[in-house]
Amino acid sequence: MTEPEILSAPLVLEFPFSRTTGPVIGAFLTGLREKTVVGMRGADGRVICPAVEYDPETGAPLTELVELSDTGTVTSWTWVSQPRQGQPFARPFAFALVQIDGADTAMAHAVDVADATEMSTGMRVRARWAVEREGLITDIECFEPELAR
Amino acid sequence: MSEIAELPEGLWYQPDVDTSQIPAIAGVEAVRSIRVPARVEYLYTPGRAPTRFLRALAEKRIMGERCPVTGKVYVPPRGVSPVVGLPTEEQVELGHRGTVTTFCVVDIAFTGQVTETPFVSALVLIDGADITLHGLIQGIPPADVRPGMRVEAVWVPDDELSTSFENIRWWRPSGEPDVDPDTIREYL
Amino acid sequence: MRDVAIVSFAQTVHSRRRQDVNEVELIQPVIQEAKERVGLDRHDIGFTCSGSSDYLAGQAFSFVMTLDAVGPWPPISESHVEMDGAWALYEAWVKIQTGAADTALVYGYGKSSPGDLPRVLSRQLDPYYFGPLWLDSVSVAALQARAMIDSGKLTQRQMAETAARSRAAAKANPFAQVKGDFDVEAILAEDCLADPLRRHDCPPVSDGGAAVVLAADDTARRLVERPAWIRGIDHRVDSHNLGARDLTRAPSAALAAHEAGVSGGKVDVAELHAPFTHQEAILRAEIPLDGAEVNPSGGALAANPMMAAGLIRLGEVARRIIDGSADRGVAHATAGHCLQQNLVAVLEGDG
Repeated sequence: MTEPEILSAPLVLEFPFSRTTGPVIGAFLTGLREKTVVGMRGADGRVICPAVEYDPETGAPLTELVELSDTGTVTSWTWVSQPRQGQPFARPFAFALVQIDGADTAMAHAVDVADATEMSTGMRVRARWAVEREGLITDIECFEPELAR
Repeated sequence: MSEIAELPEGLWYQPDVDTSQIPAIAGVEAVRSIRVPARVEYLYTPGRAPTRFLRALAEKRIMGERCPVTGKVYVPPRGVSPVVGLPTEEQVELGHRGTVTTFCVVDIAFTGQVTETPFVSALVLIDGADITLHGLIQGIPPADVRPGMRVEAVWVPDDELSTSFENIRWWRPSGEPDVDPDTIREYL
Repeated sequence: MRDVAIVSFAQTVHSRRRQDVNEVELIQPVIQEAKERVGLDRHDIGFTCSGSSDYLAGQAFSFVMTLDAVGPWPPISESHVEMDGAWALYEAWVKIQTGAADTALVYGYGKSSPGDLPRVLSRQLDPYYFGPLWLDSVSVAALQARAMIDSGKLTQRQMAETAARSRAAAKANPFAQVKGDFDVEAILAEDCLADPLRRHDCPPVSDGGAAVVLAADDTARRLVERPAWIRGIDHRVDSHNLGARDLTRAPSAALAAHEAGVSGGKVDVAELHAPFTHQEAILRAEIPLDGAEVNPSGGALAANPMMAAGLIRLGEVARRIIDGSADRGVAHATAGHCLQQNLVAVLEGDG
């Protein structure tokens, strides 16, 4: 039997997910909408940001929200030279872990600088707020070097 | 009975959080849900046996494939006999007529639907095959469709034939007498 | 506890894309080969368990279609995990321990070529805080690699050396996808793909699969002269919250290794499922291997079929015990981003 040449067709899977947030993630995202970063105090007193519902070590439910600033420190980063669809920028940017001042954990987000040489672990950054905010992690458009302002 | 390990209090519900100390969120409508669409794109390739099937379909031929052990003919073929787990390699040309084994009448439209309601969705046992195939039944009022009814394939015009399952638009009554229900019992 | 062994192992020749076959056509020959190696047919298999993920090829309920490859009629005892086949092997091992089966067929497969794998894997992350950023798997790994370098635990040169060593070892592996002699200086001269990761630090995107047959007690002894006995097996998980983890550590790997009894004897050979070069360094620090030969197959840097690469680590160690070239080996499998979830097994041959 001769094998015909390979057939192919585009296939798109699209899930229009709408997810309920629950009270804790809802509070964190409400904060972002209002240009405020909040964390959650863990069982051992550490502050976890973004806020989580349960203590990562003990599993105890957490309820004490803590207001934080919109500045922080880069704890790790990488350079995205060819951004993919859906990522924060279509131009090259950095993905980073940012530890918000007053928090003991880090959040993932984009840092907008022109070149990888402007990135370093330990650099100080500040949130740049999106103009249109609806309660999403992308209400922070990105972080940018703190001295930029 | 063994003791259940102690669980942290409140594990099975989420206590409300106190937002009163945070002015920015204390008095505003809280976010309760978010929209997070996930769109992922692929280039789908059907594999060897489905490719053979689709190539033949573009030539207006319906090709099944035979199980090397049981001799049963599967359509559309997926490359492996689902009963013995061995590859199917022998192609078998099937007829363009078949028998309705079971069906339902769809009265409520769903997202993405292209056929007007009501319509009949059926399983058709193509002549020469040992497995039923899904298809639409047209050319007869839904109330008159019945198991055992003989149908024939209605193809798209020849100049619209492609390597697509949509080459067969639907099935319509062939005018032959119904089959004896016993002959399709195995496929219900 | 029953004595349970890996008695047979088969895998595909892994490649960047297998557009000629669908998933069932990809895995069927491997399943057939694994059974035929020990003279079993489908009626001799007491339990079947598979590992796969629908997101890879966009094939909904992919595992249901690939079940055709085992000939599941009359109805068989079967299960599936949306994970690497190594976790399917764990479930099968538990099933045999319960006495419900004496033999099991385990397989895992991944056809990643239809999609953009790093983007597809972004869907594994928390949908609230990570999902909307579409943080891809290579970028996530790069955040971990940077943490390793910043902590002083690893250098980019050591990462390049791991890449070169793995691909050189893979020259002896007929199933490997990326193999050959690569010069460390030349690797270090290349631009980064996702700083600090170079292309050589990353696994290839692979289409492929693997299958294993497990058997208990005398059944295993009857099927092969030297079964690869599973003397210990355990899996553990770390937080999915990347920002709350020390990314230079994998405590779940250390704990799984402890529970599996790795330190109970000399380790001849170890197969570590470290898709990125820096992850091998993390695993070597967490799992006490004491001078064992590591990844003689080339590991996941030589071929990384998703949902199978972990199972292949178990198969590669078992193969060396069955053929007598090793007496005691450690196999490791990982799942999720940044070595989040880890499975460790200790395999031994008789005397």
